[in-house]
Amino acid sequence: MSIDINAQMQALPERVNADANLQRIGRYCSVEFLLQCGDHSFYLSVDRGRLAPVLEGARRMRSWRFALRAAPASWQHFWEPVPAVGYNDIFAMSRYGHLAIEGDVGPLLEHLRYLKAVLALPRVMRAQAGA
Amino acid sequence: MSAAIEPIVGRYLHLDVLGEMHRIYFEEAGAGIPLLCLHTAGAHSSQYRHLMCDAGVTDRFRVLAFDLPWHGKSNPPPGWQDMEYRLTSAFYVAAIRAFIDALGLARPVVMGCSMGGRVVVRLAMECGASLRAVIGLEGSDHPSPWYDDSWLERPEFLRGDFCAALVSGLVAPQSPDEPRWETLWHYYQSAAEVFRGDMHFYRTDSEYRGGQAHTHGCPVYLMTGEYDYSCTPQLTRESAARIPGAEAIIMQGLGHFPMSENPARFRDYLLPVLERIA
Repeated sequence: MSIDINAQMQALPERVNADANLQRIGRYCSVEFLLQCGDHSFYLSVDRGRLAPVLEGARRMRSWRFALRAAPASWQHFWEPVPAVGYNDIFAMSRYGHLAIEGDVGPLLEHLRYLKAVLALPRVMRAQAGA
Repeated sequence: MSAAIEPIVGRYLHLDVLGEMHRIYFEEAGAGIPLLCLHTAGAHSSQYRHLMCDAGVTDRFRVLAFDLPWHGKSNPPPGWQDMEYRLTSAFYVAAIRAFIDALGLARPVVMGCSMGGRVVVRLAMECGASLRAVIGLEGSDHPSPWYDDSWLERPEFLRGDFCAALVSGLVAPQSPDEPRWETLWHYYQSAAEVFRGDMHFYRTDSEYRGGQAHTHGCPVYLMTGEYDYSCTPQLTRESAARIPGAEAIIMQGLGHFPMSENPARFRDYLLPVLERIA
């Protein structure tokens, strides 16, 4: 069953900002990045671990440090409660050609544990919702 | 109050490897056929602690694992502060053979994971006649670097939590939280420079294809978790096809650290292999 990725993205900041452990491990992370889902663009802006409301839709001249681009079906697989082989991690998706990681990977790697956890949250939310 | 002492015993060994003395930490449990276990890059021998506490293994096997120099409780060599650590194929093989000789292990089984799963292939080719079998966990016969790692030596990434996050996706989603995070803790513990130094072996200096792939009758088992995207099941099958007498076993619901990320599931795959070896 697929999830509404836009709704999921809009619900993400509240979850990130209410998660004390995520706030602890991400407290030095400030970065803007793009999550591309097919034709849909989601701009995520993190300021010291807090995620601002996610902007949806293409925005000309909007800057980002790095971009994660995948097809909607790939993100759907990534957010399955138990993802299939090749979809359980952004690096797994990259290795198997399901995800392109572009731009400056520096901030992604520097805050890797935090950002991986943020990206995986829709999986947790979906599992908790019993979807 | 309750307390339990595990059967694992740890000791230190002063070992000559390629003319240089190293203070090596090793652990062991059980009795019988020596089963020497090799840890992954940037980790240490604790990865095998569950195996050493498994009576289904230790009743017939003497399970041993040592920390490579620079890892775990083994020291780096004197003067380490003035050198860059880079694991080479030659040193790795020499260290394993020196350990086997020093402890007088007769026809041991050597089982390694990841870089350890790679080096056992060369061991079989170099001295297979003196080994009962080798088991390469998450092992293949050649490097397959798939991402640029030029950033790995930048100081902002020389952190344990970065190494842990880098490998975290290699643990299968089915693996329970506690062993998953213990597996990642080993990467938190390691000196990040050591992880990077091991990558020299894993990404560059371990090409074992070509030439005479002769294992001298030594059985070679290559066991890989389906979720391993570092040593993929495909790489494992291709490697096994090139090595005489090798067998590939793909393990469902496991990743790159089967012995530590999900010991209960791993033993279901390992015990039948040990049964055949014994």
